[in-house]
Amino acid sequence: MTETTRRSILAILAENNRLAPEDIATMLGLPVDEVAGFIREMEERKVILKYNTLINWEKAGEEMVSALIDVKVQPQREVGFDTVAERIYRFPQVQSVYLMSGGYDLSVLIEGKGMKDVALFVAEKLATLEFVQSTATHFVLKKYKQDGVIFEDKEEDHRLMVSP
Amino acid sequence: MNTAELVSPVVRELPPSGIRKFFDLVAESKGIISLGVGEPDFVTPWHIREASMYSLEKGYTMYTSNHGLLELREEIAKYLSQRFGVNYDVRRELMVTVGASEGVDLAMRALVCPGDEVLIPDPSFVSYMPCVTLAGGKAVMVPTVAEEEFKLNAKTVESLITPRSKILMLSYPNNPTGAIMTADELKDIAEVVERHNLIVISDEIYAELTYGEKPVSFAALPGMRDRTVLLSGFSKAFAMTGWRIGYVATNPDFLAAMVKIHQYGIMCAPVMGQMAALEALRNGGTEMQRMVNTYDQRRRFVVTSFREMGLDCFEPKGAFYAFPSIKRTGLSSDDFSEKLLHQAKVAVVPGTAFGPSGEGHIRCSYACSMDQLKEALQRIKTFLSTL
Repeated sequence: MTETTRRSILAILAENNRLAPEDIATMLGLPVDEVAGFIREMEERKVILKYNTLINWEKAGEEMVSALIDVKVQPQREVGFDTVAERIYRFPQVQSVYLMSGGYDLSVLIEGKGMKDVALFVAEKLATLEFVQSTATHFVLKKYKQDGVIFEDKEEDHRLMVSP
Repeated sequence: MNTAELVSPVVRELPPSGIRKFFDLVAESKGIISLGVGEPDFVTPWHIREASMYSLEKGYTMYTSNHGLLELREEIAKYLSQRFGVNYDVRRELMVTVGASEGVDLAMRALVCPGDEVLIPDPSFVSYMPCVTLAGGKAVMVPTVAEEEFKLNAKTVESLITPRSKILMLSYPNNPTGAIMTADELKDIAEVVERHNLIVISDEIYAELTYGEKPVSFAALPGMRDRTVLLSGFSKAFAMTGWRIGYVATNPDFLAAMVKIHQYGIMCAPVMGQMAALEALRNGGTEMQRMVNTYDQRRRFVVTSFREMGLDCFEPKGAFYAFPSIKRTGLSSDDFSEKLLHQAKVAVVPGTAFGPSGEGHIRCSYACSMDQLKEALQRIKTFLSTL
């Protein structure tokens, strides 16, 4: 399997993980076994981590509050930022953690049931962690686009039903 | 006053487009999935739209030169040279048109004398034949067949040549069949062209949508450049149908003649579209490739699905259409399409809308999402089982 083909399979799944290996095999002109085998291998190697669904929770009627927190930490000898990051990302409220360049070190995305929920987490769990020097919490007011998807896309198919 | 009688007889007798008839049928129906659309399902990439908006903010709202913006012509010349190996002088051999469609009309009006014959592959795009008629010429249809993957057969072309034959129309990749012509196959055509001293009008609007083969321009064949009027545009490759920007590249004499008609009839292509086209050529390669890859995946899916249903479907290697045969159903293209629309709520275009050789086939566009395609193909499969 060529590198381009491998990348194509992953790109197709990243876009729509509901497509069966049979469909992907047809779309790329490959044997089903080969595609299914490759997908299994990618799952085992944790290149494919999870098949999830992007949901607009607000529209689903769920009260959901997100906050981006800039965290400054004191890096630790031998382990650097990794141990500190792990202490943070193990909490289930934490959706993502990135190590950043620039004015602070870790960018932490938290999701909670309400402002209070998030604020308490920051005050009690995050800020009190050893080696965390400071935190700055920014609440998300509105989500316009996430993971490449526009939440309220007003672009519709305006094409004529039949055209030459 | 009988106004109908006042219409020019040539126009009055021009048959209405077969697509139009079908369009009216579809408009009356509800819950339809359409595979009848002859344009990309992608909206023009954002950076192109944004560039056009910016140009409006900067005050680009004026006429341009009849030939089109010089910067755009320079980009087109660069593109044609790098991609197809054909070189044109931006000042004397290139013009921006209102879609490649205007190019077809201009070329016919500039070159056809009353009674001249124009050979047209059949089936092919709906406007060639009317443009020939309106220019006072006679359209001679050159049948192509599924057994030869709807490629133009040099022998068939030669058998239809008369002393009045002047122009050969080429349209590959082809709408509606999805057929392409490789460089070798075009060479056979070029020999006939040379032997009979023909002009070629080559509509290469779908050139970028070629799958698994390198796109070729007829003008790039040895000795063919000056005999060829190359027509292309931005509609299909860059998903820019509504912008109406195309171009023509040909020898200075043909071009000057076409510019003359264009300057009196049109003046110039809209500047905001030209600015968008400029951005498309400068920075649109990645987005275009992404769209082409998507079409290619759907193409395989559609062909496989039709074959699994038991319909003969040759592998289209260009454009975004499949052209399966429905002969085994015993229905005509028209009847099949109409029944399919009413019973299965799927719109396709009967092959006959593109010429008599389209009989027994339907044109199915795969310029729609995978989900829609899957649903439409499922409906067609169910429909076939009821016949």
